[in-house]
Amino acid sequence: MYAFDYKRPSNLDEAAEMLRNSDDAHLLAGGHTLLPTLKQRLASASDLVDLAGIDELKGISSADGVVTIGAMTTHAEVAASSEVQNAIPALADLAGGIGDPQVRNKGTIGGSISNNDPAADYPAALVGLNATVNTTSRSISADNFFTGMFETALDDGEIVSSVSFQAPSSAAYCKFPNPASRYAIVGVFVAQGSDGVRVAVTGAGGSVFRASEMEAALNQVFSATSVADIQVSDEGLNEDIHASAEYRAHLITVMTKRAVDKANG
Amino acid sequence: MGDTGIGASVRRKEDLRFVQGAGKYTDDMNLAGQVHAYILRSPHAHAAVRSIDTSAARAGEGVVAVFTSEDMAEVGGIPCGWQVHSKDGSAMAEPKHPVLAEGKVRHVGDPVAVVLAESRTQARDAAESIIVDYDVLDAVVDMQVAVTDGATSVHDDVGTNICYDWGLGDKEAVDEAFSNAHHVSTLDLVNNRLIPNAIEPRCAIGDYDHATGQFTLHTTSQNPHVIRLLMGAFVLGLPEHKLRVHAPDVGGGFGSKIFHYAEEIIVTWAAGQVNRPVKWTADRSESFQSDAHGRDHVTTVELALDENGKFLALRESTLANMGAYLSTFAPCVPTYLHGTLLAGQYSTPVIYCEVKAVFTNTVPVDAYRGAGRPEATYLLERIVQVAADDMGMDAAEIRRRNFIQPDEFPYQTPVALIYDTGNYEASLDKALEAADYAGFDSRKAASQLAGKLRGIGIASYIEACGIAPSNVVGSLGARAGLYEAATVRVNPTGSVSVMTGSHSHGQGHETTFAQVVSEKLGIDFDSIDIVHGDTDKIPFGMGTYGSRSIAVGGTAIVNAIDKIVAKGKKIAAHLLETSEADIEFENGQFVVPGTDKSKAFGEIALAAYVPHQYPLEELEPGLEETAFYDPKNFTFPAGTYVCEVEVDPDTGTVDIASFHATDDFGVVINPMIVEGQVHGGLVQGIGQALLEGCSYDDAGQLLSGSYMDYTMPRAADVPSFTVDTTVTECSHNPLGVKGCGEAGAIGSPPAVINAILNALSEVGVTNLDMPATPHRVWQAIRDAQAS
Repeated sequence: MYAFDYKRPSNLDEAAEMLRNSDDAHLLAGGHTLLPTLKQRLASASDLVDLAGIDELKGISSADGVVTIGAMTTHAEVAASSEVQNAIPALADLAGGIGDPQVRNKGTIGGSISNNDPAADYPAALVGLNATVNTTSRSISADNFFTGMFETALDDGEIVSSVSFQAPSSAAYCKFPNPASRYAIVGVFVAQGSDGVRVAVTGAGGSVFRASEMEAALNQVFSATSVADIQVSDEGLNEDIHASAEYRAHLITVMTKRAVDKANG
Repeated sequence: MGDTGIGASVRRKEDLRFVQGAGKYTDDMNLAGQVHAYILRSPHAHAAVRSIDTSAARAGEGVVAVFTSEDMAEVGGIPCGWQVHSKDGSAMAEPKHPVLAEGKVRHVGDPVAVVLAESRTQARDAAESIIVDYDVLDAVVDMQVAVTDGATSVHDDVGTNICYDWGLGDKEAVDEAFSNAHHVSTLDLVNNRLIPNAIEPRCAIGDYDHATGQFTLHTTSQNPHVIRLLMGAFVLGLPEHKLRVHAPDVGGGFGSKIFHYAEEIIVTWAAGQVNRPVKWTADRSESFQSDAHGRDHVTTVELALDENGKFLALRESTLANMGAYLSTFAPCVPTYLHGTLLAGQYSTPVIYCEVKAVFTNTVPVDAYRGAGRPEATYLLERIVQVAADDMGMDAAEIRRRNFIQPDEFPYQTPVALIYDTGNYEASLDKALEAADYAGFDSRKAASQLAGKLRGIGIASYIEACGIAPSNVVGSLGARAGLYEAATVRVNPTGSVSVMTGSHSHGQGHETTFAQVVSEKLGIDFDSIDIVHGDTDKIPFGMGTYGSRSIAVGGTAIVNAIDKIVAKGKKIAAHLLETSEADIEFENGQFVVPGTDKSKAFGEIALAAYVPHQYPLEELEPGLEETAFYDPKNFTFPAGTYVCEVEVDPDTGTVDIASFHATDDFGVVINPMIVEGQVHGGLVQGIGQALLEGCSYDDAGQLLSGSYMDYTMPRAADVPSFTVDTTVTECSHNPLGVKGCGEAGAIGSPPAVINAILNALSEVGVTNLDMPATPHRVWQAIRDAQAS
């Protein structure tokens, strides 16, 4: 780890100012990607601006069928939240399946989506639920937020403050984990919302994407048999020592089927 | 001593300090004035080193010294402890293994330079400013490519990449048996390369006292005396009386901490250069690319059978990866620890095995839990299963029909070993009953209804522990003796300190050995202390590996105790005014049977150290004895494992539904510790079978270089094991013990793979290599369906 200055602002304005006044500051949320990368000297920062002291980024609220989760809310808090469990049990379930207990007690929703790891779980939930990402300067729809591998629509100095989710009529997430890292090799979030069925896939491509063929079939009949024979193209899918693109394409169908069955209870 | 003696499940003494975080590991030590070493390693698998510019590093903040191989010209190469000869009688190729790269790097992680600085960060910062001019060369990674004509040479002075071409057995007789056989089964398989991953990364601290000329190395070692001998005599030229090697609490080894590593030499030598203690601790990334790896065989095996399923002959040909350099015991692993085990539990009359050891641009490969015996067991139990399937025979029946029978012991195998005892059918029967083998079909039908494929697999393993006798292993190429030593020191008030050459790094010796002493001397378990791991304290011992500690180290302790008792009888006879022949020792009392005359053990101890009433003219005072024990033979633990799996054909995921182990370890000292050892071994074996796969790309980059990509087994990956034992006592040591440390890792991989292939047989899959990851299983199903 190279040396850096550690800063801990107590509100968002202070944090924004620290970002502006620094050469190469990084925001620190749960730190589960940033800190290991720094330790391995694969990244460096002039300053780490730790968002842990900002109360306005914390907490979960629920009103009119919309659940809003503060950016610094941990995965464990989301998993255990009665608001989330009541309104969107699939989201609580997803949060409870991220990493391991240590990760869930430190990792945050804002950190996860801002990093946009192609194998992270939350992007699938945000896109699947057509969520809105609220930042220090605007609101961005999930479809427009995730722009590519480790890329988002966030501008320099823009900080995610919360994420708002409209409760769906039914939803479920099924993940096939990488046996080593437990990140998603393929994770599929299926939801029936006011604008129809959404099928969001993480782990398989460079960034989360919607499986439109699956959505079309499920909009006809929301049943696993609707998608059982759909063969997803493996073009452009990820390939590594754990899974070929072909295997990932196959798993998209299997995980979609299972997610639909799970959503149908 | 029923509750603390032999056979009692005494809680481990050492666990109190371990669970309290009070263990004392090498990295816990910080010596006054120490500097920190950072080792600059090669990022390339194969490259010529044109130049190394260390000028910026030398000027770095806090830097004390920077060394390259030029500075270490007086230091020898890292020696190999075993010399194997090829079939043609020529000695193996033994290229120099330099401490720091000399003109060439040969694997990613090969040490190139070392920086000493006041802090670890300063040393690392400075190392980043070293400019190494590499001329990158083609890497040779795949063994099958490495052995072809014209392949890139890892070692220019060797010319080829073949270290040796070894053979064992009667080839002519085997070939003839094959030509006349009713049936021949054939199998190509890979025994996957593993990365050991002890929980404690390696650490070494060198210290030099210029006033006395004394060097000390504190290190994470399974055998401190072996390191002292190798480093002192062959590398640094230090006389042994001026070199102490200390291995305190060590957090797991699995073989990877047997070997003598460059970092131990670097810190010891550098401490002398800068006259300050030098400390190096590996980070996990370094462990992945500098700890010796395990396994890595590519094998073809054939089994010849008659019409009744009796084995007529076995023939095996293997390429064994040595990596870039010969690690300490690497040459013996695929030869004398592998070829000699190919009879397994069977009376196969003739066997021939040939092994080519191959250099590649990868991390050196050496012994890893089981060392050669898992490779032998895997290929044997796989081909036996293939033969059963070929012949339409039941998996248990084909084994039963070929087992060596209890009345055939001692049994001379066609591959050099003489098994002393065993009852293989007893273990098989017990395991089958525990596993409800007979009820498998109904469980399979239930799985089928749930859309799952269910399979059952058997593996009957044998292992050879103890690695002995010394004169035999010497004739086979060992450059060391393989005895063990113990000193039993009875203190004046009757407590006992035992100095053992065995080394505990998780095995629980402090408990098990104390149980043996408690039983033999009839004294309180808590008044016994087991001392190990320090060449200044213990007699010259060979350390712990190969499941040898209780069979060899334990016997040395028993032999020393026998000397104590013999001397105690002399003292007692004097005190009780009777003849020595009248004295018997039982339950901690020296008694004269038929009388009320007796002396307690503690009274004899006191008399020995306060010899006021003592036969001084015949007997020396004191009560301390040492024994060196060189075993007459290996010990031969054996058993049968039954694994049942359920495969999800949609994803390829394998779930281990149940796992039943029945082992014959001879006499068991502490059943709880033995069960724990079996559990650990099973998890490692299941890890090999399902999860762990070291992966290099064609350029020799390690793709599985962290826990993000190298899959260690987790608790959720394994079932609750059923572990049981049968007992045939070892015939040639006084405790009747055989050893238990490696069995689980030896027997489980073929049990798991046989179970998976049994499940997949209904979808046409006939072969599958480890690790059977979901992707690989799914691909196999898909390929079978396509063909």
